[in-house]
Amino acid sequence: MKLTSFTKVAIAATTIALSLNVQAARDTIQVAGSSTVLPFSSIAAEEFGNNFAQFRTPVVGSGGSGGGLRQFCQGVGANTIDIANSSRSIRPNELANCHQNGVNQVIEVKIGYDGIVFASRIDAGDFHLKPEHVFLAQAAQVPQKGKMVANPYTRWNQIDKSLPNQEIILAIPGSNHGTREVYEENVILTGCNTFNEVKAMDRSERNNFCLAMRTDGRIIEIAGDYTETLARLQAQRDAIGVFGLSFYESNRDRIKVATVSGVVPTIDNIIAGSYPVSRPLFFYMKGEHIGVIPGLQEFAEFFVSEGNAGFGSPLEQAGLIPLADNERDEVVKNIRSRTALK
Amino acid sequence: MNMNSNNGSVSDNQLIKNKVAASLARRHRQEKLLRGTGLAAVLISLALVSLLFINIFSKGLPAFWQTSITLDIYFDPSVLQISEKPVQRADEHDNAFRQRDLEWRSEVGRINFNRLISTALMDVLPDAEQHRRHVLRMVTSGERFALRDMVINDPSIIGSTQRLHLLTDANIDVWIKGNIDRSLPDHQQQLSPIVRQWADALYANGTIKNRFSFALFMNPDSRSSLASAGLAGAFMGSLFMMLIVMFLAVPLGVAAAIYLEEFAPRNKLTDLIEVNINNLAAVPSIVFGLLGAAVFIGMFNLPMSTPLVGGLVLSLMTLPTVIIATRSSLKAIPPSIRQAALGLGASKMQTIFHHVLPLAIPGILTASILGVAQALGEAAPLLLIGMKSFVATVSVSPMEQSTALPVQIFLWQGNELRNFFEARTSAAIIVLLTLMISLNAVAIWLRKRFEQRW
Repeated sequence: MKLTSFTKVAIAATTIALSLNVQAARDTIQVAGSSTVLPFSSIAAEEFGNNFAQFRTPVVGSGGSGGGLRQFCQGVGANTIDIANSSRSIRPNELANCHQNGVNQVIEVKIGYDGIVFASRIDAGDFHLKPEHVFLAQAAQVPQKGKMVANPYTRWNQIDKSLPNQEIILAIPGSNHGTREVYEENVILTGCNTFNEVKAMDRSERNNFCLAMRTDGRIIEIAGDYTETLARLQAQRDAIGVFGLSFYESNRDRIKVATVSGVVPTIDNIIAGSYPVSRPLFFYMKGEHIGVIPGLQEFAEFFVSEGNAGFGSPLEQAGLIPLADNERDEVVKNIRSRTALK
Repeated sequence: MNMNSNNGSVSDNQLIKNKVAASLARRHRQEKLLRGTGLAAVLISLALVSLLFINIFSKGLPAFWQTSITLDIYFDPSVLQISEKPVQRADEHDNAFRQRDLEWRSEVGRINFNRLISTALMDVLPDAEQHRRHVLRMVTSGERFALRDMVINDPSIIGSTQRLHLLTDANIDVWIKGNIDRSLPDHQQQLSPIVRQWADALYANGTIKNRFSFALFMNPDSRSSLASAGLAGAFMGSLFMMLIVMFLAVPLGVAAAIYLEEFAPRNKLTDLIEVNINNLAAVPSIVFGLLGAAVFIGMFNLPMSTPLVGGLVLSLMTLPTVIIATRSSLKAIPPSIRQAALGLGASKMQTIFHHVLPLAIPGILTASILGVAQALGEAAPLLLIGMKSFVATVSVSPMEQSTALPVQIFLWQGNELRNFFEARTSAAIIVLLTLMISLNAVAIWLRKRFEQRW
């Protein structure tokens, strides 16, 4: 008697489990990835839903560029995402991972540009940074008179007299963010390579040396969104945070930006190419899902279209720096021909 | 001897008295101290709770009212040149009609409804001609879809003038409520000087007013039109998950508890099960999220970000709580009830269903409601099954992507327009707290209503 009731329960549980095991066809585009691209992607999704009555509004998740691409490369099918947003281009090992899991048609779509800014609290000092300043503030070891010594700097004015007399605290994006890679590439490595001692090293040694960070708590890696970086600045007056330009634009009353190599980060300066820390933003689309998930190709084309992402568009108002016309033509051609990355 | 001992006892008594007096004072002191510490602890926690509430309410309550602008919108037929709204013909197939309807909707969608809004704005804004570029900054961008939907619902309004309250841009709300420092110089402001002037002028003459924010309750989340972001999508997601928890975790939990309490033999196996259930109740909720992502999405191929998966995960999480609480309320039924029923010839089944269970119902109900309330407030496991995605639609079934109320709080907390969303986030917290408190109130009411005393 007892056994039978137990078996009944077991049978009921199995039936429930089995009845759930249906390959649910999905009619909503699913996006995940970079938190820098997230606001742009969300706006594009919303506008898409409002402009195309026949398709459902895409759903946009976050998780950082690395997290998004990992999800993207998990495989093909309704329970995997269709688009991964990324604030850097896909790495060879990520692409290899994609191919290994059967995602062979990875279509790269460039949507525009974004600047990376250094910002401090409105009531803190004015910063006029150079890449080498940031490197000297962050490095574990710094070159001094031909020798490498443990980083002796604790205040910015020790690095350069022109900088404010302020404690060195730097909130940088965590390694799950694409922003981190651009930051290291365009700021830290550039700054590091200005030293003769570094130029003498071979490549891999140089990279290791330049990217090694001090561990005395002055460098804070932020794994979350820019709001977390902002909260850090609100807690510590002296902290300097790394933000996307568009985030700064929405919070100009709380933070102010530093110039980098004498250039103020503005949309105009980034388009002109004079501001040194800008990067293209991407999304990666799964070619295998085109035609399976309704509206995928239409969404990609709509995303980069001039009305959505050009000058005067909703995305530009949200802080995206639009593609040049010839770049856009190239991107659209790529989407239409479904040119996958090798 | 007697004398002596008497003498001795007198002095002994004195000694004891002194000692007692001394120790009594100390004991009274200790008691006072203990009482004082206890009171202080209560006061400190009360202060902290009220600080939290004051903080949330002072920030969040203003967000229930939102600035909107009253405009006379003329649905200009020269702008709204559209074909007639399709009507299903008797011989027409459903699909064909849907196709025609869709095409018509797309046609309406291609019309520039911003034109209607800017024309109406030009009439109320002083010196609008010189600042044409800024005119549309007054109204949040999503309102053009509100106008479009009005036309789609009733094309006969074309040619008429409607007095509408349109939501202003989020930054105008911020400016009028003083959530941005109004004395900041231009380059730190979100709005251009002319828009700020307009906002102040229209607020002064009553065209812009703080009105109750229906958008907060009726709209789904929005990123492109921040002022229209609302909780409807998250609310539906939470509702579906609550229903799933109610219909899955509660019956399963109660059944398991009845079996374990009334039928199961006491042996090593049931002991093991009992220990495991108690342990499961203590497992951090995020672990259930990981499990859900691996099992429901990975193995069963259920769609990501859906209340269905969320509900299953939360059911797993609530199950141990329901089982434990149901068992303890079954245990609380005096054995005399069972014995009386059995003594009068009732079967075990009859005893349980006719006598024990009805008496245990208030406890079970309370436990279930509290379990559901706990699940309602849970965010961590949902983050792992993709429910922190941005969803711009209100889901109508648990198979459609959605967020949940606690996750919406998390998402708004991360929105880049801090000045607007700090208040909006607190408002969402107030809504969630209200729901939780009402669920708890129902639980208390049920307990009071059906309570039995022996």
